[in-house]
Amino acid sequence: MKIRLSLFPYLLWMAIFVIVPMMLVVFFSFTDSSGSLTFENLIEAGKYSAVFLRSISLGAASTIICLIIGYPAAHFISKANFKYQNIFIMLLMIPMWTSFLLRTYAWMTLLEYNGLINRLLNFFEIQRLNMINTPGAVMLGMVYNFLPYMILPIYTVLTKIDKKVIEAAQDLGANKLEVFTKVIFPLSIPGIVSGVTMVFVPSVSTFIISKMLGGGSILVIGDLIEMQFLGNAYNPYLGSCISLILMIIIMICMGIMNSLDNGSEEEIFL
Amino acid sequence: MKRRFCFIAFISIIGLFITGCEYKSEKAKEYINVYSWGEFISNGSEGSIDVNKEFTKETGIKVNYKTFQNNEELFAKLSGGGFDYDVIIPSDYMVSKLIENDMLEKLNFSNIPNFNLINNNFKGLNFDPNNEYSVPYMWGMVGIFYNKEEVVEKEEEISWDILWNKKYKNKILMFDNARDSFAISLLRLGYPINTQDSEKWKEAANELLRQKPLVQAYVMDQIFNKMGNHEAVLAPYYAGDAAAIMKSNENIGFVIPKEGSTMFVDSLCIPKNSSHKRQAEQYINFMCRTDIALANVKHIGYSTPHKEAYEKLDEEVKNNEIFYPSKEVLDKSQIFTNLSPEINSLMDKLWIEVKAGGISENPWMILFILGGFILLYFIIILLKKCRFIK
Repeated sequence: MKIRLSLFPYLLWMAIFVIVPMMLVVFFSFTDSSGSLTFENLIEAGKYSAVFLRSISLGAASTIICLIIGYPAAHFISKANFKYQNIFIMLLMIPMWTSFLLRTYAWMTLLEYNGLINRLLNFFEIQRLNMINTPGAVMLGMVYNFLPYMILPIYTVLTKIDKKVIEAAQDLGANKLEVFTKVIFPLSIPGIVSGVTMVFVPSVSTFIISKMLGGGSILVIGDLIEMQFLGNAYNPYLGSCISLILMIIIMICMGIMNSLDNGSEEEIFL
Repeated sequence: MKRRFCFIAFISIIGLFITGCEYKSEKAKEYINVYSWGEFISNGSEGSIDVNKEFTKETGIKVNYKTFQNNEELFAKLSGGGFDYDVIIPSDYMVSKLIENDMLEKLNFSNIPNFNLINNNFKGLNFDPNNEYSVPYMWGMVGIFYNKEEVVEKEEEISWDILWNKKYKNKILMFDNARDSFAISLLRLGYPINTQDSEKWKEAANELLRQKPLVQAYVMDQIFNKMGNHEAVLAPYYAGDAAAIMKSNENIGFVIPKEGSTMFVDSLCIPKNSSHKRQAEQYINFMCRTDIALANVKHIGYSTPHKEAYEKLDEEVKNNEIFYPSKEVLDKSQIFTNLSPEINSLMDKLWIEVKAGGISENPWMILFILGGFILLYFIIILLKKCRFIK
């Protein structure tokens, strides 16, 4: 009884600000401006599948890069002397105290044709690079902004691994590589799963990074949704439909990730 | 348990009481809600008049000032309902769109005697032909900002075609806004910017697609930075922002191309559901008073349609072709009006095509993507099950 009453504000909050809007999105997705049922929006949204594919591939690529950079980093931090671990985590967190927009803006001035990096290259008489307004720049922005969300969950899982398990493996004759591939890595999969989810979901749905570092010519789903609500043809119906498709894609991706997670746990117990 | 419940109930009752009181005191005092662009009314900085405070001081009517980012946001808010705005400042084409959707209140001009002070050239413009709904507030032109050091053409040689010149590849910026970008393309082709002919829009879109490899970026506010630090050398933008850009880099010039350009007019209007129409008209009249109009135009830096305020401006500004171009230039300029819903959605689609580089005509592609993901999901579950059975 006590728990339920204390839960009430949260439930009310969820009902008003999550469930009702979700239902509105679903409702709008299948109606037209006259309010009758239609599948026209779905067909219209389908015409933008190139944009969907681009968003998903950009998001997936940045997630993989985050994982490749983030896992060794998390492993290194978890292995470090306990005294220094907190310092490393602090160094990871401090940039997150400044505004997300400001940090992306700073990248813009770094990558520009007359930006800091190119001026440095020019100083050493190296050919200037064309970096800004490319998909690479957008990916860089995503990796930079979302990397801590990959490192932190993996780090947390790695520090929680019981030292005795590793010692047991070593006792049984496993070398360093085998300890990693057969013990540490399988045990850290829950961390990888939550890290991947925490990076993939925002990088698929972000649009400000692509707007600032992509020069407005790399269109992603976020742009498409914004354009339906604040574009010239005010069309919340199509906008809702695109959001709904995006939500479904993200939900399936999370389902895939979670199923990987459970599978690995079973493997360990077998 | 019970005590805690009593406490919560007590707090919420107190809360209700307090908000109720506040609501009441708010109601007793007269107020209006003004919804406008950011930085669009003189706010008392640098010794200018704080227009909204001055209005409250003179009439006792409180002004709640809220801002929007663009006309579309205003439209989305107004059509969503649930908002109680009394005075809004939309641009030309949005005024005609609001009129067409029956969302504006007709003004009672006997309550707005200062309307006589508005230059007759700005009355009855194409977005409000009989001038029943709007009072012009600010106007300006779109032109090209260029870096005098890099651009070899002389000022009078510059036309819209320069934005398609391969010489300046990757040094050109464009509007990140369909209407303005399409207007440039249409003007360059010699078509009216409000054309209802879908073929002309498609032709303009093709030209924009052809221009795309030359464009460095599609931006709005970032042009200040990019022009200032020499990142780009050519950018179309609003004349009203000329002062700000030129201050950052004195090598930057501004020219209104000889083919003519677009002119924008932002007007004061009253939306249909306004519950304080009389006070709103009082406010509009106040905004048209000479000293207030002068303070506003000095603060914003756009051009004023107000006769007396114009006369009182510094000679330097008055004779500046950027802010007050000659009659020939004005005669060649065009003003946006609302387009039909079909043309609007065509323009949106074409714009996405320009920016995304083509859209697929096959709507089932998305289902393939979704299907692929679901298949992957099932395969994983199946694999798991099999292994479990083993």
